[in-house]
Order: sequence, then structure tokens, then C-alpha cells
Amino acid sequence: MDLTLHVWRQDGPNDKGRFETLPAKDISEHMSFLEMLDLVNEQLIDQGKEPIAFDHDCREGICGTCGLMINGVPHGPLSLTTACQIHMRHLEGATEIWVEPWRATAFPVIKDLVVDRSAMDRIIEAGGYVSVRTGAAQDANATPIKKIDADMAMDAAICIGCGACVAACPNASAMLFTSAKVGHLGFLPQGQPERYERVLNMVQVHDDEGFGNCTNHGACQNACPKGISVDFISRLNRDLVKATLTYKPYEITAV
Amino acid sequence: MRRVISLYRTSVGKKFYMAVSGFILIGFLVAHMVGNLKMYMGADSFNHYAEFLREVGYPILPHMAGLWLFRIVLLVCVGLHMLSAWQVYTQSRNARGGKYTKEESLHFAYASRTMRWGGVIIGAFVVYHILHFTTGNAHPEFVHGEAYQNVIIGFQSPLVVAFYLVALVMVTFHIYHGLWSAFQTVGANHPKYNAYRRPLALVLALLLFAGFMTVPVGVVAGVLTI
Repeated sequence: MDLTLHVWRQDGPNDKGRFETLPAKDISEHMSFLEMLDLVNEQLIDQGKEPIAFDHDCREGICGTCGLMINGVPHGPLSLTTACQIHMRHLEGATEIWVEPWRATAFPVIKDLVVDRSAMDRIIEAGGYVSVRTGAAQDANATPIKKIDADMAMDAAICIGCGACVAACPNASAMLFTSAKVGHLGFLPQGQPERYERVLNMVQVHDDEGFGNCTNHGACQNACPKGISVDFISRLNRDLVKATLTYKPYEITAV
Repeated sequence: MRRVISLYRTSVGKKFYMAVSGFILIGFLVAHMVGNLKMYMGADSFNHYAEFLREVGYPILPHMAGLWLFRIVLLVCVGLHMLSAWQVYTQSRNARGGKYTKEESLHFAYASRTMRWGGVIIGAFVVYHILHFTTGNAHPEFVHGEAYQNVIIGFQSPLVVAFYLVALVMVTFHIYHGLWSAFQTVGANHPKYNAYRRPLALVLALLLFAGFMTVPVGVVAGVLTI
């Protein structure tokens, strides 16, 4: 495959950034998208130029580190697939490929295609802890959990925190991410004691970090490499309204 | 009360108020549409209905008090709906930052893209509609109390009918996305009923479109005459 790449190049957070057009010749269709970028980088290094900076780690679709806007779609054209799992054969027929970083005020570009997603870490941090007894592992069946609840918790917990939902959202909202994190603990008995405090704090930090809010476009669900449903956002909304109207924080009282 | 206000402080809370005011406004639209169909029952019937709206609650309430109570509720809903929409919009606009050079649409329905500019058109239309048929300022031959005649004369201009058509298409999109979206926002979400929310929004949006459009179309087609 012979391709023309239009890659976003940005020297640093304060640089304006621009597209650079790079040729990618003799690309095997069996290469992964990131291997193709590696090859282009090697050529750039040979020419004494600065290689393209991009995020990657496990390259097997489970770590959530890679994140590229490939031809206007987060993680590229395949659904339920991260950018690292895209192979060049999936882009068959394309002669020009546009590669951009996630764009959102809360995700400032560090360099080229690398963005700072630590705002998501701070949302997680705001979620606090769950009340789990420490000590010897308890019997597996000591806390009964309904199958449907366990399944729902797993469907939410599958979120790898890649930020594709924010990248796809016209409002740059991290509601799908936040709702998945609120959801996976909220479905389980262990997550109940802090359930309402958690949603209040996480939504607060979500707003403070400069994310937008959801208008139910559904782009996040379609972009999510793990297929997380917008139904979790609905559940977060319900929890937040309930928490704001009725939740009473724990207070230390005299015995 | 403090909690009701603090709910408005969060982005999700703003949307909750947008959703609840939206539900009330959709309820109003259904009643308004059904009332409009009285046009087909003749001038006397329609004028009597118009008169009744002014006298709702009388003599328990003073003359027109029922109507004004109703109008105040609607005004509060419209105000809250627009204010929250504006605030969520500015939050989102600041959050989006840079635009993508190339971007594919991944949304569920095109209608969701029309909510903001469509809402502005609907707002402008509502102002015009009140000047047209309530106060009569934008009406060529407005006669107070002659509701039936006012409607027939009001729809003689094809331009007016065209504007009503455009506004109603926007309302249809607005309700198709808005009703479903409002269910999501208030958390009315259950695996058993989720499959019915989209069709309900579609059917209601189309019913409202057909019901409202039938009057201007009826006038243009000559079915409704003085």
C-alpha cells in the first residue's frame, strides 16, 4: 500500500500546531497502524527529522494508552477496536489518511499526537474508596450478587479510560467515562455505602476539569472501543439527582 | 429548597431542569394541538373554545386568572429551558476547544444536531406566533374574540404558512431527539422499557407535526373557509 499521511505536528503545549504531509510507501497490509507509524518514524529519524510522538503501550487493545483520531473517527474505522488493533488492511482503499490527536480543552496536547489525559485520573481520584474489609479473603459466596448486577458492573468496568468518548463527543464531555466508573461500583453491594457521595464528587470534578456536558448524541457509545452503553449515563443522572436531593453526609454524633 | 438550587449548580442538574421543563412543554403542545383540531368543528365551536381558555377557573378564580397562571407556568418552563440550554452550551463550547480537520458523524440521530439552532428558530417562531394570533400585532386584520376568522385570514399568505412549516419541522426534530434525550437525562432508563422510548418520541413528534400542520394546510387547500 502506498499512502499519504496528514499528521498533526505540534512541538509542545504552547505551539499552534500544523498538519504535516508525509509519504508512507510500500506499507504491508498486515502491519498494524502503529507499526506503520513506527516505520514512518524510522524514515524520519534516518532523514534527521523529529519522529512523530504518539501514545502506545500494550498494543493489544486493553491498556487504553493509544488514542488517535484516524480519518475523523476515534481509534479508526473498526468498531469496538482500539487504534493499536487497527491493521492497514482495515484501511483498504484509503490513499490519504488524516491522523489527529484527541481534541478537548481538558486534554491539552503535550506533543504531536500525545495528549494529557490526567483530568480523567482526577475524576477517578474524586470517586474515593470502597468499603472493603481487609484481612483474609472471604468466602467467594459470602456476598451474594445478582447475575444481572454482576454483568452490568463488568460491562461498566471494562472501560479502559482511553478518552475516545471525549474525543468523539461534540461537547467534549467525559460523561460516558465518568458514568462507567460510577456505574461499576454502583452496581455492587461493596460500592453502596459511598454510592451517592461518589457520584456527587466525580461529577463535580468532571465539571471543574473543563469537560462539557452530554446532549445524548450517542457518538461516545459508537466510538467506545469497549462498547460501553449510554445507559450508564442515564443511571449516573438518576444517581446524581437522587444524591443532590436526598443524600445526607455522614456526621459524627454523640453516643 | 436549598437542594433544589444546588442541583442546578451541576451540569447534570441543569439538564435535569431542561428535561423536566421540556416534558411540561411537550404536554402543552399536545393540548394545544388537540385544541387546534376544533377548527374543523366550525367557527362557533372554535370561538367558544377560545373563549373558554380565557375563562378557565372562573368564577373560582378572577377573570383570566386561570389563563395567566397557565401562561406563567409556561413562561417559567421556557425561561428555564433556554437558560439551562445556554449554560450547558457555553460549558460545552469551552470544553470542545479545537475542531477536527476531518470528522465523521457518529451520533445516533441527525435530529440531535439540530437542537441548538433549531431551538433558536423555535424561539423566534413562538414570539411571532404570539404576535400573530394572541396579540394580533403581526396579523393583517386581527379581530379580538374572532379566533376562527383570525386563523383563516392569518394563513392566507403562503409566506406565513411556509414559516409555520419550517418551525414545525424544527419542533418535530426537537421532540424526536428531545423526548428520548429527556428520558435519558432524568434517568428513566430500564432494560424492559428502553426499546419503547425512541418509537414513542417518533410517534409523538410525527403526530404533533401532522396535527399542527393540518390547520394551515386546510386553509390553503380551501377545506377551512370563513
